[in-house]
Amino acid sequence: MSGKAILQCKDVTVSFDGFKAVQGMNLSLEASGLRFLIGPNGAGKTTLLDAICGKVKPSGGSILYRDGIDLARRKEHQIAELGIGRKFQAPSIFPTLTVEENLELAMKQKRGILATLRAKLAAAERERLAAQLETVGLAGRQRARAGSLSHGEKQWLEIGMLLLQEPSLLLLDEPAAGMTDRETEKTGELLQEIAKDRAVVVVEHDMEFVRNFASLVTVMHEGRLLMEGTMDQVQADDRVAEVYLGKRREAAC
Amino acid sequence: MTQWMIKTGASRYGLAMWYFLAAALLLAAPLFTSDFRLNLLAKFLAFAIAAVGLDLLWGYTGILSLGHGVFFGLGGYAMAMHLKLQASGGRLPDFMDWSGLTKLPWFWMPFQSFGGAVLLGMAIPAAVALFLGFFTFRNRIRGVYFTILTQALVIISVTLITGQQAFTGGTNGITGYGQILGHSLAAPETKLALYYVTAGVLLATFVLARIVVKSRFGKVLRAIRDGENRVRFLGYDPSRYQMGVFVLSATLSGIAGMLFVLHVGIISPSMMGIVPSIEMVLWVAIGGRGTLIGAALGALLLNGAKSAFSESYPDIWLFFMGALFIVTTVFLPRGIAGLAVDGWRKARRIVRRRKEVPEHERKGYSAV
Ligand SMILES: Nc1ncnc2c1ncn2[C@@H]1O[C@H](COP(=O)(O)OP(=O)(O)OP(=O)(O)O)[C@@H](O)[C@H]1O
Ligand SMILES: [Mg+2]
Repeated sequence: MSGKAILQCKDVTVSFDGFKAVQGMNLSLEASGLRFLIGPNGAGKTTLLDAICGKVKPSGGSILYRDGIDLARRKEHQIAELGIGRKFQAPSIFPTLTVEENLELAMKQKRGILATLRAKLAAAERERLAAQLETVGLAGRQRARAGSLSHGEKQWLEIGMLLLQEPSLLLLDEPAAGMTDRETEKTGELLQEIAKDRAVVVVEHDMEFVRNFASLVTVMHEGRLLMEGTMDQVQADDRVAEVYLGKRREAAC
Repeated sequence: MTQWMIKTGASRYGLAMWYFLAAALLLAAPLFTSDFRLNLLAKFLAFAIAAVGLDLLWGYTGILSLGHGVFFGLGGYAMAMHLKLQASGGRLPDFMDWSGLTKLPWFWMPFQSFGGAVLLGMAIPAAVALFLGFFTFRNRIRGVYFTILTQALVIISVTLITGQQAFTGGTNGITGYGQILGHSLAAPETKLALYYVTAGVLLATFVLARIVVKSRFGKVLRAIRDGENRVRFLGYDPSRYQMGVFVLSATLSGIAGMLFVLHVGIISPSMMGIVPSIEMVLWVAIGGRGTLIGAALGALLLNGAKSAFSESYPDIWLFFMGALFIVTTVFLPRGIAGLAVDGWRKARRIVRRRKEVPEHERKGYSAV
């Protein structure tokens, strides 16, 4: 692997009451680029992302960020402050806040009590908010309560929030779920765009989507790394066909 | 008038006008009321301060405390201890004498000065809240579990104060004082001055709470109410915000308790027990949580109703209040304030339709 790794997961194991959802998983990410993480249901993809962003603590292995910062020892908000953004499977925005307020809180800034008590939206920040509203297609809706948005709009708002966080590593769990084909297309393009200067990991079930936008694909199965490669390599692999595409085919019939 | 009130640009003036109106009403109230009623009103205004504080915690941050009576009581005790020491004029307070104490306990010493007492009346509730908040919020104890712990705090505090008769006056509480800073508490001028002090503190509380709510800090509080975990993954530490708002809320209750003692002349464990703690929550629930004005009005209206009712039917008051609570939670989850806002919007829509003004204004979020 060339270039400097921004994230290095080595032999990561996560267990829930003895059940190992992730067991000895390895994953290395470069500072920029789009990585797809695929695998059948229950493969441990979400759990791996949870371990990286601090939601669950790994019981074994190490997760090193940048110059060897051990993420397993940090709390969620500290990991977020280190520049790791996370999008969960279900859209999670703040429903009683307005669209604008959601974005304002997400914006990269000092996040202590005293800082937020004094914080004022500077003109430059206002512009950035407006630009972000434009990017995610919510211009004109800034005063709407986020809870009143449609499912797709909520997804977009959340993506906008993630971008304003200016993360160096972005972890997305099925970002295109529930989107229309056009929205999915747009999401893919946006992901490619933002992956130019940051590392982006996308968990995805939609193979069409993966094929269209993936450069590198990591396949997980039963908590382990099954293989890693381009989409062509992955599709040509027998093991993958067996555990993943095979299952899909069966399910489809 | 409705026209300029609804324009977003004019809403700031509109708001200033409401504040002005409220201040004028409070200022003028003594002209229209008897001394007795004024004293009652002053007491209710003190309650309203506590209600606004509780609303910051519950309405805005979503943390339900059923233990605010304790913070209120701690403020009340701080003031009462000072007044008692003043009234005893250098000797031991009478109840200590009766219990056989010969020396003033060390923790009574700081209350000899008025300034010290006022400071402690805020600092002690704040410290207790910080202590409880530190061990709960940092360990992610929340929701019902937090609420149960606040009830435990009430039981512990009441038991402690009741049991330590010699140091606290026990069940009887602390009473029997007539002067504050050399002025008779019974004198009409003092009562009037204390009324104005309370009204002033309430207005200041309101302005402060509004600044907090409108700040980005306030937005984080509402975000915590909506989704604590999401806030965490944005990089905020929710426990700090929860501790912060809990401390602020407890401090306001302490201030309310201090003022209460000045109007009522007694503080006892029964005034900080479970029932008063729950009553405080009811003021906010019925007035409308998540709106500052709702919380304040809830405290005024319910206490007004209570004193009217309990003069004639003391027994059924609690039942009535319980029923009112159920009715509001089921039919008016946003309380009276929510009802008023909805009514105002509806009226506006009807007026506008008549005049055929195109609907270009957005609904906008109202967090008065
Ligand atoms: N909190 C938990 N407690 C117990 N078991 C869990 C927990 N979270 C996940 N698991 C289990 O761990 C395994 C991996 O789950 P995970 O959600 O990571 O899979 P996934 O690859 O994201 O699946 P999907 O594609 O369905 O989202 C599953 O068998 C799941 O039941
Ligand atoms: Mg998953």
